[in-house]
Order: sequence, then C-alpha cells, then structure tokens
Amino acid sequence: MENIKSKDWYLTNFKTIEGSINGESKTPFHELRRKAIEKFEEVDFPTAKDEDWKYTSISEILKYKFESAETIKVSKEEINKHLIPGLKVNLVVVINGNFSKELSHIHKQADGVRIDSFKNLRKSDPDLIMEHFGKHAQIDNGFVALNTAFANDGIVISVPDNAAIEDYVHILNLTGNGTSNVLSQPRNLVIIGKNSAVKVIESYHSISDTESLVNVVNEVSLGENSHFGLYKLQKECNRSFHINRTQAHQSKGSEFTHFSITLGGSIVRNDTNIVLDGENCTGNLFGLYLTEGTQHVDNHTLIDHAKPHCRSNEMYKGVLNDKSRGVFNGKVFVREDAQKTNAYQSNKAILLTADCKVDTKPQLEIYADDVKCSHGAAIGQLDEEAVFYLRSRGIGEELARKVLIRAFANDIFETLTSAELHDHLNHLVYDKLK
Amino acid sequence: MLTVKDLFVRVEDKEILNGINLQVNAGEVHAIMGPNGSGKSTLANVIAGKDGYEITSGEVTLDGKDLLDMSPEERAREGVFLAFQYPVEIPGVSNASFLKTALNEIRKHKGLEELDAMHFLKYMKEKMKLIGIDDKLINRPVNQGFSGGEKKRNEIFQLQMLQPKLAVLDETDSGLDIDALKIVSHGVNTFRNKDNAVVVVTHYQRLLNYIVPDFVHVLVNGRIVKSGGKSLALELEDKGYDWVTAAEPAEESV
Ligand SMILES: Nc1ncnc2c1ncn2[C@@H]1O[C@H](COP(=O)(O)OP(=O)(O)O)[C@@H](O)[C@H]1O
Ligand SMILES: [Mg+2]
Repeated sequence: MENIKSKDWYLTNFKTIEGSINGESKTPFHELRRKAIEKFEEVDFPTAKDEDWKYTSISEILKYKFESAETIKVSKEEINKHLIPGLKVNLVVVINGNFSKELSHIHKQADGVRIDSFKNLRKSDPDLIMEHFGKHAQIDNGFVALNTAFANDGIVISVPDNAAIEDYVHILNLTGNGTSNVLSQPRNLVIIGKNSAVKVIESYHSISDTESLVNVVNEVSLGENSHFGLYKLQKECNRSFHINRTQAHQSKGSEFTHFSITLGGSIVRNDTNIVLDGENCTGNLFGLYLTEGTQHVDNHTLIDHAKPHCRSNEMYKGVLNDKSRGVFNGKVFVREDAQKTNAYQSNKAILLTADCKVDTKPQLEIYADDVKCSHGAAIGQLDEEAVFYLRSRGIGEELARKVLIRAFANDIFETLTSAELHDHLNHLVYDKLK
Repeated sequence: MLTVKDLFVRVEDKEILNGINLQVNAGEVHAIMGPNGSGKSTLANVIAGKDGYEITSGEVTLDGKDLLDMSPEERAREGVFLAFQYPVEIPGVSNASFLKTALNEIRKHKGLEELDAMHFLKYMKEKMKLIGIDDKLINRPVNQGFSGGEKKRNEIFQLQMLQPKLAVLDETDSGLDIDALKIVSHGVNTFRNKDNAVVVVTHYQRLLNYIVPDFVHVLVNGRIVKSGGKSLALELEDKGYDWVTAAEPAEESV
C-alpha cells in the first residue's frame, strides 16, 4: 500500500464508494462528483511548479493515506471544552466531516430558515443543493476537486429574504479517532437572501493527536443588501493538515466579513476568495496566525472587484516562532467596470527567531482608472526598546513579550464585534504564547 | 540608598563611563549635569538595567542589594524607576492596562494584594488629577501620538503611580514649555519624601529652579569632575561647561 501514489489511492477510494451507493449513482448530484474525480485525475495535487503553491509544499501530506471515517462517540464534556464561554449560539457539531444531530443544539428559527446537514438536504431538498453546489467554488486544484468528488456531508445554512439568524451559528468540527489517518471533507453552503443577516463561527479541533487531513470547501452566496460574518478558528493539533477553500459571491449592497485565526496544524492552507459582484459591496478579510515549531501556514486571498463603488478592506498578521513558516498571497483584481473601487490591503508579520520565515506577495491587478487601492507589507521583529520599557516598569520579560505580541495583533482583534468571541480568542492567543 | 562605586562601562569597545562614584541617600535629590555625550543617559540606563552596556568593573547597589545582578524587572520591583529621555511608543497597549499590569507586578513582589479594576481606577484618578492627565491620554496606547511634552508628563505620571524608592529622571525637562515644566516639577516634588530619592539628569539648569537639588554633580567624559551644592548649577549656567573641563586635568582614558 505504501507504494500506491496518492492520486491512485484516492481514485481507488472513489471507485469503492461509487460501488456502494447503488441508486444514488444515477443522480445529477453524483454526476457532479464524477466530473470532479475526472478533474482530480487530470489536475492531481498541486506541486511547487504551481505558482499558487510555490511556497507551500504538500509532500508531507501525501505521505499519508487518509481515509474518511465514521462519526465516533464524543462526550458532551469534550464538546463543552470548545464552546465560547458566555456566547449564545446555535451549536452544530460535525465529527470527521459528518453532522452529529445528538450533539448539536439548534434553536427554533423563523419560517424558511434552515440550518441542516448537507446530507439530509441532498435528499429532502435536492434542488436547493443543485442550485449552489459547485456553482461558486471552481475546481481549480486537486483539493477542491477531491472535496467535490467525495462531497457527502457538511452544513447548509439557508436564510430567505428579510430574515436573520439572531445568534451565531457555531459549526464545531472535530477530527480524528486515534486509530486511522482520518480524512474529513465537509462541504458547507451558506445561502443568504436579500436584506438578511447571518453570523457563523467555524472552529476546528482534534479529537486525537494524530495525523489527519481536513479538506473543507465553503460556498457562500450573499443576496442583495445582506450581511454575513464568518469567523474561522483553526485549533487542531500540530500534527494535523488543514486545507480550506472559502468562496463567496456578493450581490449588490452586501457586506461580508471573514475573520480567520490559525493557531494549530502542521500545514494549513486557507484560500479565501470573494467576488464583489454588485455595486456598493463591502468585503472585509481579517486574518491572524501564530506559529511555532515547524508549523506552516499559508493564507491566500483573492478579492475580485467586478462592479463599481465597492470597498474591500484586508488585514493579515502573523507571529512566527521557532522554525515556522508563513505565506501570504493577496490578490486584488479591479475589473475595467469597477470604477470608484476602494481597496486596502495590509500584511504584517513578526519573526521571533532568526529561523522562521515569511513569504509575502501582494498582487494588485487594476484595469479601471478611477480607483483607490493601496497595499503594504511589513516584516519585522519585536521592538526590543519596547520590551525594555515594559520591563523597566516591573513587567517580567516573558509577559512583556506576550503583551507586545498581543498588541501587534490588536487591530485584528478590534474587528470582532462579539465581546465573548473576542475574549475567548484573546485567551487562546495568550495560551499559545506560553 | 543608591551607591555607585568605581563604575566603568563600555559600549562597543568604547569607554563611556570611567569610574563613577555616587552616594545618594534617602530623602536626597541629586542633579547630574553635563554636556551632550558625557555619559548621563548611559549611567541612567545602566542603573535601570538596559542591555547593550558592558560593565567592566564597579558596583551599583540599592539599599545594599546588587542591582547589576538583577534583571530590569527585578530592579523595578525593588524600587528603581527610570523616566526615559525618549519614552517608547507602544501601539496596541493602552496606558491604563499597562500601568495596571506594572503596578500589580510590583505589588505582588512586595507581597501586597493585587489591585482590582475598581481600586486601581480610583487610585489612578487621584494621580491623573495631580499630573493633569486626562482620560483621553490614559485610554490611548502608551505614548502613541503623544507630543514630546505629553510623553514626559506620562513618565512622571508613571512615577507617581508606581511610587519607587529611587527615581532617575533622564532629561525630563527637554522639550517642555514653561507650563509643562511646572506641572512635571510639581509631580516630582510631591513624590519626594524622606524615604525616597531622586536623581535628576539634565543638560540645563532651568529644571533645577523647580526641583531644587541637595547636590549637583558635573559629568564630563564619563567622570564626575565636580560636585557641590545647588549653587554649582547656577555657576555652571553662568560659566558654561568649559569652566569645569578646563579646571580638570586633561587626562582622558581611551
Ligand atoms: N548604544 C550605543 N552605541 C554606541 N555608542 C553609544 C551608545 N550609547 C551611547 N553611546 C555613546 O556614549 C556616549 C555617551 O552617550 P550618552 O550616555 O547618551 O550621553 P548623554 O546622555 O550625556 O548625552 C556618546 O558618545 C554616545 O555616542
Ligand atoms: Mg542623554
């Protein structure tokens, strides 16, 4: 088995699954999966030759033969450990990529609002699924292809026009089983009607300290004048691999805020892509990563200004320790039509040792002439004068450094509107700095 | 309180301090005057524990405890306070939370209970009134965007908050207009008591009209070349530093 190439391993697994789904193999849904596996066969996993994967080698991931796993029994206590203290949420638990009804807790919602599993809705409302599945996230690399080919479960949030989900929806993902190399591939859809509002927290945690691969695809559609906030917390163990593609399509007047904080994982790759496809849209992308040991975190973003009078505001920050690596690639397209665009991008990192490294590449492609675009990147060290200043007031060296690192991340934290989420993430950051 | 004995300090192979001797007792105010580059800040920084100075010989003790053996934070907890010549801007850390952390670290060291948010606020308000610092400044990040005068005032505010045993003020008067100078001096004078001590490092005599020293030392080329009472400052103002340098035999150790 060791000699099987990764690609063949997944192709064989696909055949095995296909052989066991009987009637479903004739559905249009499965037809899309079959197309995706063909695409996977064609594109394969990315290599350093792909410009978009130049700084992130996935060869470590390909050493393992990951397989999808059943839901395993997880105690309420285990779940509670990962909740955000004091925050009222619609709790949605996903274990190894499968929705867990018993562990979830969803409040009664207004008519037409749905918070349900992808698997259930494939049966109960296939039209809804078919309308959005694969419509936003293009299969442009092996990971998206793989997620699409194996799409089975995940979470669907659908909100009709003029409605809101009042509390946050917390999609709590747990991965691992302690016995095999688990492959978890949730497929999530968020569909928001006109004038509606939704806030989602997606958090990722490990059940066991083993190698696992989480390969998520989120497809998001924002109706006119809708609001969507997506807050992602990656806190899996340092042996896990995590690949995340989030693709959002914005209609006019909508506002999307994506917040991403990466603390765990051995190799983490986030692709956050948004299309501002109507006038007066706002897209906010905020990210923070803290790495140690040999962690590797790669954030790729793509902001596509397709229509005039839109704003995008992007700010990513990294704090790297030991021999860890960071990558930031921020593409901003301003299309010919997109006059009066206002795009701001900033990317900063602090290197705590001489052995860590960040590769950063802002890419602005501007085809309209009446626009305001700016970008800035800065990589530096902790200000030793400031460390001394704090110490000279009685603050211990370790705490002084923590305070300054936390201060560096402050403008990212300030974008959080929930005090509970803010405090929880603050806590996790301080914990990680120990 | 503070004893400096035969202190020699080098920076990057250059001798900066060439045998400093200084005895500061509780209840006293000492002024250290000297031309630019004479080593005043070096002396202040070495007392506070800043990195980058090579102490080739000598002793610095506070109430008999060896300061040179302590980290900067230990010195601060033992009661050393340096008002910086150039206070650092620290974006992202509010003045108030910074001071609360500092004060509680010092209190912990002294075996005192940490102040909770309410008691801290009450205490801070008193000190704010004393130094004439307003809420806006307190809630801003430490020194960020402060004018030169505001930064210096903030140093004296911290002095009042932390109540050290020994305050070393490094050119606290530079960049202050006369009103600010009066406020800052008032802050230092209300701090003074029989149990603490102040070392005022300055280039000009002006500040010493408001913070009246018991002793004045003149530092030239890393050595104290003359010591005297407060009248020495006036004499210096009158005759300039050349007067003392000329009076001193020109033996320079390189
Ligand atoms: N970090 C440093 N590196 C090199 N030279 C220094 C350093 N700090 C101070 N010096 C030198 O030491 C001398 C004394 O400086 P300083 O103590 O700042 O003097 P003062 O405060 O009296 O103006 C000056 O000649 C200065 O250039
Ligand atoms: Mg100086």
